[in-house]
Amino acid sequence: MKQAAQQDATFPDSGSLERIEAQVAELKGRMDALTDKQPADKLSMVVFSGDMDKVLASLVIGTGAVAMGMEVVMFFTFWGTPVLRDKDKSVGGKDVMGKMFGTMLPKGACSVKLSKMNMGGMGTAMMKSLMSKKNVASIEEMIELAGELGVKMYVCEMSMDLMGFKREEMIDYPDLTFCGVAKFLEEAKDSRVQLFI
Amino acid sequence: MSENISSNKTLDLKGLACPMPVVKVSKGIKDVGVGEVLEAVTTDPGSLSDFPSWAKSSGNEIVKTEQGDGEIRFFIKRNA
Repeated sequence: MKQAAQQDATFPDSGSLERIEAQVAELKGRMDALTDKQPADKLSMVVFSGDMDKVLASLVIGTGAVAMGMEVVMFFTFWGTPVLRDKDKSVGGKDVMGKMFGTMLPKGACSVKLSKMNMGGMGTAMMKSLMSKKNVASIEEMIELAGELGVKMYVCEMSMDLMGFKREEMIDYPDLTFCGVAKFLEEAKDSRVQLFI
Repeated sequence: MSENISSNKTLDLKGLACPMPVVKVSKGIKDVGVGEVLEAVTTDPGSLSDFPSWAKSSGNEIVKTEQGDGEIRFFIKRNA
């Protein structure tokens, strides 16, 4: 009995063979569609904060992710935008609001402040000296490292416009793109890890 | 198993803080050939858990870890 059943399974009639082939073809199609949908080994990060501690954390995660073999995209928006200003560049032709934002917001990575214990700048200064004593890289050094490692940086065009920043006053970074939310989402959709900092 | 693992190259990562040890080891592993062993020395206690994670993620293998005198010594076989 058992042997007969086995023989039936090994030699199905042509009708069931066709059915099986059709099922296999359908499954293969579904597998291909799933493989296409699989997100890439990529990290997409929104850097919303302009606080020194949070920006540092985002850069540590970003550079660490490259070491882990991931592709990394950092999207700087809102308070994160002025972190990418160049302290040595100044541009003219700004309106009153633009000038005000320009003066009040940090001019580059060297002038960002701690989110806690800033104490009128004293806390941030203490943290910076502690970081250099403990061999922790500064934000400027981390941005340079990120550039060497091929981290892509996107800057939110809307934030630039709101705060009156001009492209000419941003840092010279190897892979800096000015864009909108769709560009970030295109990357985020295709990323295994997404963070908002 | 054999206790004496010889390395083809040594990478000094002493005194470096997170994320530098993993960033540098991910570059340094490319200086040895596939199948060869890179020896990496760190002082960052975080690297004790970071290096195995990095190795797993990058497809390499930590064949031996030694600790002593505040130093951590990793023997990493390049597989990828």
